[in-house]
Amino acid sequence: MRRVVITGAGTVNALAQDVPGTLAAMREGRCGIGPLEIRDRERLSVSIGGQVKGWDAEAHFNRQQIALYDRFTQFTLHAAREAITQSGLVFEDQLSLTSGAVLGTAGGGVNTWDDNYRTVYEEGKNRVHPFVVPKLMNNAAASHVSMEWNLRGPSFTVATACASSNHAMGLAFQMVRSGAATAMITGGSEAMLCFGGIKAWEGLRVMSRTACRPFSMNRDGMVQGEGAGVFVFEEYDHARARGAHILAEVAGFAMSSDAGDIVMPSAQGAERAITGALRDARLNPEDVGYINAHGTGTAANDKTECAAVAHAFGHHADRLLISSTKAMHGHCIGGTGAVELLACLMALNDGVIAPTIGYEDPDPECALDVVPNVARKARVDAVLSNAFAFGGLNAVVALRRL
Amino acid sequence: MTIKDRVIAIIAEQAVLDVADVTMDSTLESLGIDSLGLVESIFAIEEAFDVSVPFNANDPSQSDFDISSVASIIAAVEKLVAEQHA
Repeated sequence: MRRVVITGAGTVNALAQDVPGTLAAMREGRCGIGPLEIRDRERLSVSIGGQVKGWDAEAHFNRQQIALYDRFTQFTLHAAREAITQSGLVFEDQLSLTSGAVLGTAGGGVNTWDDNYRTVYEEGKNRVHPFVVPKLMNNAAASHVSMEWNLRGPSFTVATACASSNHAMGLAFQMVRSGAATAMITGGSEAMLCFGGIKAWEGLRVMSRTACRPFSMNRDGMVQGEGAGVFVFEEYDHARARGAHILAEVAGFAMSSDAGDIVMPSAQGAERAITGALRDARLNPEDVGYINAHGTGTAANDKTECAAVAHAFGHHADRLLISSTKAMHGHCIGGTGAVELLACLMALNDGVIAPTIGYEDPDPECALDVVPNVARKARVDAVLSNAFAFGGLNAVVALRRL
Repeated sequence: MTIKDRVIAIIAEQAVLDVADVTMDSTLESLGIDSLGLVESIFAIEEAFDVSVPFNANDPSQSDFDISSVASIIAAVEKLVAEQHA
């Protein structure tokens, strides 16, 4: 089987609108969560989020593009440009035919749905803009990436709620590894910080009104974020032959289903995905130095995840580092695993472990080294990134330094 | 502004052209307006004049709305507006 490496990375999230800015913020333990600036905020009981502030669509796209690009597509294209530019790839001829885009999103064009429901229900209009469907569809972002960069191979969109981008990256990895593709643009995007998007989450009563405090005894829920993370996954020999700068090797991937509950996570399901990723990557538990946790800051996820990690790693669980960066950028839902993979790249390449900020009190049910509040220097050779979605769908990616 | 001027302004905006470059015998194709641009123009016309344009993108030639030139579009819009006020 072929080996797969990452040769480009890009992002837009509440911390910054590029990778260097995001990594600097993660290193400093900066919080990107703040008061939401959205229409009808006063009718929401949740008024904080990891919102991308100062997003200037007109600076990146022309008027006709903006008419077709929902916010989640805009984020995707901006992140993809950063990643593809870094990779140095130009998609022509055979490379174009054997490259594609597999991207994750949970909701797709949620702002477009929201705006147009307002038009017909609230304003009572009987006519909507003709581009509503091509703008809101979940595959819009993947399709526009394929068009913008001439990717004529396999492209599609994966929707598995909060694990969408990990599932997408796992499939992209498998396609390059198997020979089905030479390079894949992958990751995910989400933009549901609008009235309807937040109101729906409020209904579940799992949202914090104050802050995201993963693994902390006094945690009281998740905080929504938005943004995109996009990567170039490339066949190793192809990358080496052209002298590309390699950010990391994608070593393995596994997915599992709890087959249990539509919202409550299962430690066994999570553990099976973790041990599956280790096996797929041919890593021993003690090879792993860092795990980027799903770490949502809900009572249920954090203790379940810690139990899964403790069981999967045995004694080594007390030595490895595990942190959740969601306290900084919020839960970017279908894009979150992709944004969080940046913390994994920072751990491998810079030897800096992003902290779990907002941590106040230890929870005996989360008794792992969660790198509280301050980033830490550590040399790590292999890392995991966890994502455990509503619906019990788990996806874990393993990266290794080359 | 007359109906003619408003329709030309809508078409010019869609084609990203100056209104002076949109002549009565221009076709949408000659102005570089594709199928998505056409439905967006029709939407803009409906919004501007509060009319309903009988146009089906599956078969534009069968529609009771002649889009063969700027002049024919203006005439069709004038007819719709007149019917609406009738």
